[in-house]
Amino acid sequence: MDIHEYQAKEILARFGVPVPRGGLAYSPEQAGYRARELGGSAWVVKAQIHSGGRGAAGGVKLCRSEAEVQEFAATLFGKQLVTKQTDANGKGVYRLWVEGASDIAQELYLGFVLDRKSERIMIVASAHGGMEIEDLAEKDPNSLRRMTIDPAVGLSEFQARELAFQLGLKGGQIAQMVTILKACYRAYRDLDAMMVEINPLVITGSGDLVALDAKMSFDTNALFRRPEIAELRDRSQEDPRESTAGDHGLAYVGLDGDIGCIINGAGLAMATMDMIKLAGGEPANFLDIGGGASPERVVRAFRTVLADRNVSVILVNIFAGINRCDWVAQGVVQAYKELGLTLPVVVRLAGTNVEEGRRIIDASGLPLITADTLEDAAKAAVATRHKLAA
Amino acid sequence: MAILITEKTRVIVQGMSGRIGQFHAEDMIKHGTNVVGGVTPGKGGESLLGRPLFNTVREAVEATGAEASLVFVPPPFAADAIMEAADAGIKTAVCVTDGIPSQDMMKVKRFLKRYPSDRKMRLIGPNCAGIISPGKGFMGIMPPHIYMPGRVGIVGRSGTLGYEAASQMKALGIGVSTSVGIGGDPVNGSSFRDILELFEADPETDAVMMIGEIGGPQEAEAALYARNFMKKPVVAYIAGLSAPKGRKMGHAGAIISAFGESAQEKVEILSAAGITIAPNPSAMGETMASVLATRRAAA
Repeated sequence: MDIHEYQAKEILARFGVPVPRGGLAYSPEQAGYRARELGGSAWVVKAQIHSGGRGAAGGVKLCRSEAEVQEFAATLFGKQLVTKQTDANGKGVYRLWVEGASDIAQELYLGFVLDRKSERIMIVASAHGGMEIEDLAEKDPNSLRRMTIDPAVGLSEFQARELAFQLGLKGGQIAQMVTILKACYRAYRDLDAMMVEINPLVITGSGDLVALDAKMSFDTNALFRRPEIAELRDRSQEDPRESTAGDHGLAYVGLDGDIGCIINGAGLAMATMDMIKLAGGEPANFLDIGGGASPERVVRAFRTVLADRNVSVILVNIFAGINRCDWVAQGVVQAYKELGLTLPVVVRLAGTNVEEGRRIIDASGLPLITADTLEDAAKAAVATRHKLAA
Repeated sequence: MAILITEKTRVIVQGMSGRIGQFHAEDMIKHGTNVVGGVTPGKGGESLLGRPLFNTVREAVEATGAEASLVFVPPPFAADAIMEAADAGIKTAVCVTDGIPSQDMMKVKRFLKRYPSDRKMRLIGPNCAGIISPGKGFMGIMPPHIYMPGRVGIVGRSGTLGYEAASQMKALGIGVSTSVGIGGDPVNGSSFRDILELFEADPETDAVMMIGEIGGPQEAEAALYARNFMKKPVVAYIAGLSAPKGRKMGHAGAIISAFGESAQEKVEILSAAGITIAPNPSAMGETMASVLATRRAAA
């Protein structure tokens, strides 16, 4: 789960990371007021959306007067900001962060991630920050320093110091960096984060370290014990179809194609999408109905898939283990009736209670296209789609 | 012999008195698994499905000689249950639970390293379908009837895709020695490499079907191991050729976030290591059949 920059800064500041003073605004007037409140003669106005690349997309601006702050803010509010990391719809801007402009001498990169190879928290740092980590890894890989943290001991002082020296820091900056590293580590560990990123971490003209930007994302599996983090969820930044599907126990990811998919199991769902692609079609979505799916949940899956107007054919592919083919079949029949379905539906059932499931499908008298194997099902869906298009 | 579980393996179920635990324990017993007891704190002394219940794993091990444990404990308590099994001397634990926090799993992995190798517990999962040696026994949630006993090992992250492979092979008359689901989480107990090692050493396994997916470094590690240390042939399928970068596809670990984590890149790494790739998910069975036929012709 992602949070906004200003929220990440608030959290990290609580753990001891120095951040610039700033204020949150929900309107252009409030943005202007924040600038006056902060004082000084230059401010940075930053769109708060769950995405990187905001600067290049026009979501961040250095302003030199209160009027300029208000003016820029007015252009951002309610806008869908499209960045390199969002889809073509972008993400809605409903909050702005206004902070005093900093005097930047150097930009560093600092990230904490879960390293799947060592299965530990890993620090990634570079003396050359400011660009996205992917670009940094490509353009300047030798500048990257990596360090893993033993979960039984935590981040050691010597490790933090070593990293600070490797980054070329000097004098009082060493102690400042050690404080920042330990603060980020504690925030990561204590709040069940999956990622903490400060980019850039800047050295100011006076030689001090300040976190100019911050990003945090959290382990959704741990939200049950982090209610204060769960509260920060911002649904305006999520795909409404994905979050509604999630509320009903369905894992859904919207894609660009037109063959709607209803599958059980993440692996089988990905494989079915692959098979559709190989058969010459394009999947409209990833959807895993999960285990022990009731007919009602199957109907909900149909609703979710149908909310995508591009969908022209639906493919149901179930290999039941803890699911039951008869329940899924009942769900398909129920969906047809309840939703007044007119699109063609291809159904492939296998595994637990498959005979009963097929019997329900056959007895329904509905124009369902049945298939016995994954390959036949994908081919039938693609052929049906091409027939419709012709 | 198969790997990890046979008809003799003494199995306990942690969380057996829960609705889901009980349902699957019953199915395991029905299919010949040697379930010797269950663990539910507070229910020690009672019995369920004709098996004794214990308060702690240690008591269960002392009373029944249990060697393996199936963990059906909800996510907030699952890591603790796994560590309890390890400390009580269980040899193999299988954890089905989906939704364990990553940092809990980091702790578990670190905890397992405390023990010398001769009493270190092997963990399978979490977030997996379990393990089955067809005709002998199983620990997990899979439908046992789709597996035919035989001499090909299966290892995969996804449960349902493992069923798909087993049924495609069965349709071609190819049976399974053991099928292992290693689970879809980013931090998991046993890796592809760990399970390949067991299959390579198993005299009852002739070849391995490996089913990977996007995300993580484990397929690349397995490729290196297969190239350097395996004599038995490996067939692989990698799911997620059409998955977009940076999007989590159902499994917590199924996300392309680094170089080498896309399906295309994994396929290249595996082919370069001499592993035969099933070009699509419907071709897992036939690809295995042709590899086995080539083997036989060469022998």
